[in-house]
Amino acid sequence: MDEKILLAHGSGGKLTHRLLSEIVFPAFSNPILKKCEDAAVVPLEGTCAFTTDSFVIQPIFFPGGDIGKLSVCGTVNDLAVMGARPRYLTAACIIEEGLGVSVLRTVVASMAQAAKKAGVQIVGGDLKVVEKGACDKIFINTTGIGLILKTCRISANNARPGDCVIINGTIGDHGAAVMSARKDYKLRSSIRSDCACLNGLIERVLRAAPGVHVMRDPTRGGVATTLKEIALQSNVEILIEEDALPVNGPVRGLCEILGIDPLYMANEGKVLVFAPAKDAQKIIAAMRKHPLGKRAAVIGRVTSRPARSDTPHVLLHTSIGSTRIIDMLSGGQLPRIC
Amino acid sequence: MKYIDEFRDKEIVKGLISAINASARAKINLMEVCGTHTMAIFRSGIKQILPSSIDLISGPGCPVCVTSQSDIDRMLSLARNKDIVITTFGDMLKVPGTKGSLEKENAGGADIRIVYSPLDALAIAGREPRKEVVFLAVGFETTAPVIASVVSDAAQKKIGNFSIYSCHKTIPPAMKALLEAQELQIDGFLCPGHVTSIIGSRAYDFIAADYGIPCVVSGFEPTDILETVLMLIRQKEKNRACVEVQYARAVRRQGNVKAQEMMDRVFEPADADWRGLGSIPQSGLRLRKEYGSFDAAVKFRIPSFKTTEPRGCICGDVLRGVKTPQQCRLFAKACTPENPFGPCMVSSEGTCAAWFKYNRD
Repeated sequence: MDEKILLAHGSGGKLTHRLLSEIVFPAFSNPILKKCEDAAVVPLEGTCAFTTDSFVIQPIFFPGGDIGKLSVCGTVNDLAVMGARPRYLTAACIIEEGLGVSVLRTVVASMAQAAKKAGVQIVGGDLKVVEKGACDKIFINTTGIGLILKTCRISANNARPGDCVIINGTIGDHGAAVMSARKDYKLRSSIRSDCACLNGLIERVLRAAPGVHVMRDPTRGGVATTLKEIALQSNVEILIEEDALPVNGPVRGLCEILGIDPLYMANEGKVLVFAPAKDAQKIIAAMRKHPLGKRAAVIGRVTSRPARSDTPHVLLHTSIGSTRIIDMLSGGQLPRIC
Repeated sequence: MKYIDEFRDKEIVKGLISAINASARAKINLMEVCGTHTMAIFRSGIKQILPSSIDLISGPGCPVCVTSQSDIDRMLSLARNKDIVITTFGDMLKVPGTKGSLEKENAGGADIRIVYSPLDALAIAGREPRKEVVFLAVGFETTAPVIASVVSDAAQKKIGNFSIYSCHKTIPPAMKALLEAQELQIDGFLCPGHVTSIIGSRAYDFIAADYGIPCVVSGFEPTDILETVLMLIRQKEKNRACVEVQYARAVRRQGNVKAQEMMDRVFEPADADWRGLGSIPQSGLRLRKEYGSFDAAVKFRIPSFKTTEPRGCICGDVLRGVKTPQQCRLFAKACTPENPFGPCMVSSEGTCAAWFKYNRD
């Protein structure tokens, strides 16, 4: 029978040490972590981006990823969209007693794999165990730090009239994958989460077009919510073409069946890029050369906010040739998706 | 993709719009009585491409929205009973009662579980025999047959710890009530596609015959709705009133006889309270005597409450189509989807929610 995590594994005593030395250290293996100090000491020079995120997704394994991969990609992407090169992460796990040790092993291995692929080191962390029912299997927090690339001035406040809006691929895959992985819906599909670290793709984009104004990863709340945030922060109007939005067939099918809009479905491997229209083709070409940008597309443009409107709108030019507004997600389409 | 792209085809839409423009001369008020139509109209922006002489008015087509305040209060009182597991579709959670909501009861310790089918509720009852499981049955003729079959299943399997609180309603009596009230000039009905796939298009014969109002049963894609509008205008032009089916790929004149039989076996018509419309004779579905033991209202002796509707909320007027959400002083100010005052802002099919989401300016 699979060995289970006990409350004692979180006591800081022998069992904790065994867990760390048998599972965690070998997976994350790096000299900074190996020193086992109270805090990781890392060399960094320059302006840093610094962020944190907690992951409570249910189910912890889903098609295309798991909570471990997600916890690394999520934080790496938050750094990358600020124009930073992600360098170091810390990871803190809260585990529900009774979780299989083999489950933890799998999650840790997938964190290590994602970190390696993204070129970041996991240099510190923490592990706590709580009573059954006090959390659901495993929650992970990751904190990350990265160095801002010299040429970048990226901010959600920087969208300008005349900018084009680009996305690196299909929308809604993560939300749809999690939704179809949940037993409640009794659905079977081939949909896989797009969960991936975007720093490689983003560096290519920035090399091709250093003058990018805004980048943001449209996670919870989907593309719609992220666009609205940018419109508000930059005080501009954004016009999106419904026909230009890349959506995978099965995701579209699932959304039609459940009556939901892929614009509000979460993504974990997508980035929205706002840049002067003259850079559009350079960015699309750079994205398409990368495995995570094969279906990159220009999906809209930025216009100035008309004086008459009370708030900066995001407008959708619908496929039948009409126009409607897009607002932030209100309420939740599905809880605990990341 | 079959059955989607064809029904959103730009060229077909253009053709329909020019035909509508050519036919629409006089002012015409058309009412849709299905929340899914309301949402579809807003989602593809149909109002904006129709000539201004055509007014699409949303009627009482959202089952959550038409549930009376007293029914919601009685559901909340059920939720407060520690021995009961409440099972419900997600839309009910945020609907405000006189005091609180299911969502707030849930946060306060009540056992409320969202299910995607009443079959799941019955499965919970089977799995947890020591608990009483109540399913909040809110819906129209589309969901009633499934719930009827679940109740009949529970009876067969003798699952004694399962019951339903039925707020089920039927659409044709509500359409009649709207016409009788004469508050609003209605020149035609876009009849609900999925309800009609169950009850059959003949269910509206009396509306065309007795009230002289054109009826067209509509599908849910943009071209469906536009074609329905065109068919209604053409009836009006020719001074005709009959029941036509635009949604022919799903709807028959007789409807789904098997589903009707299932519904009739378990439910019987009863007077029902509608928000905004008051009590409408024979517009509700009550469990028949043989299935009385599955009636949560009887089983748990839920008292009636003195209820008050939220002050300033005009959901009732919105449901009758006599006011639009923007005429409500709470709309988008005090009342938002995060903090709803009335049910029309809560449900994904609610008229206020549709206006808020797609048409605020």
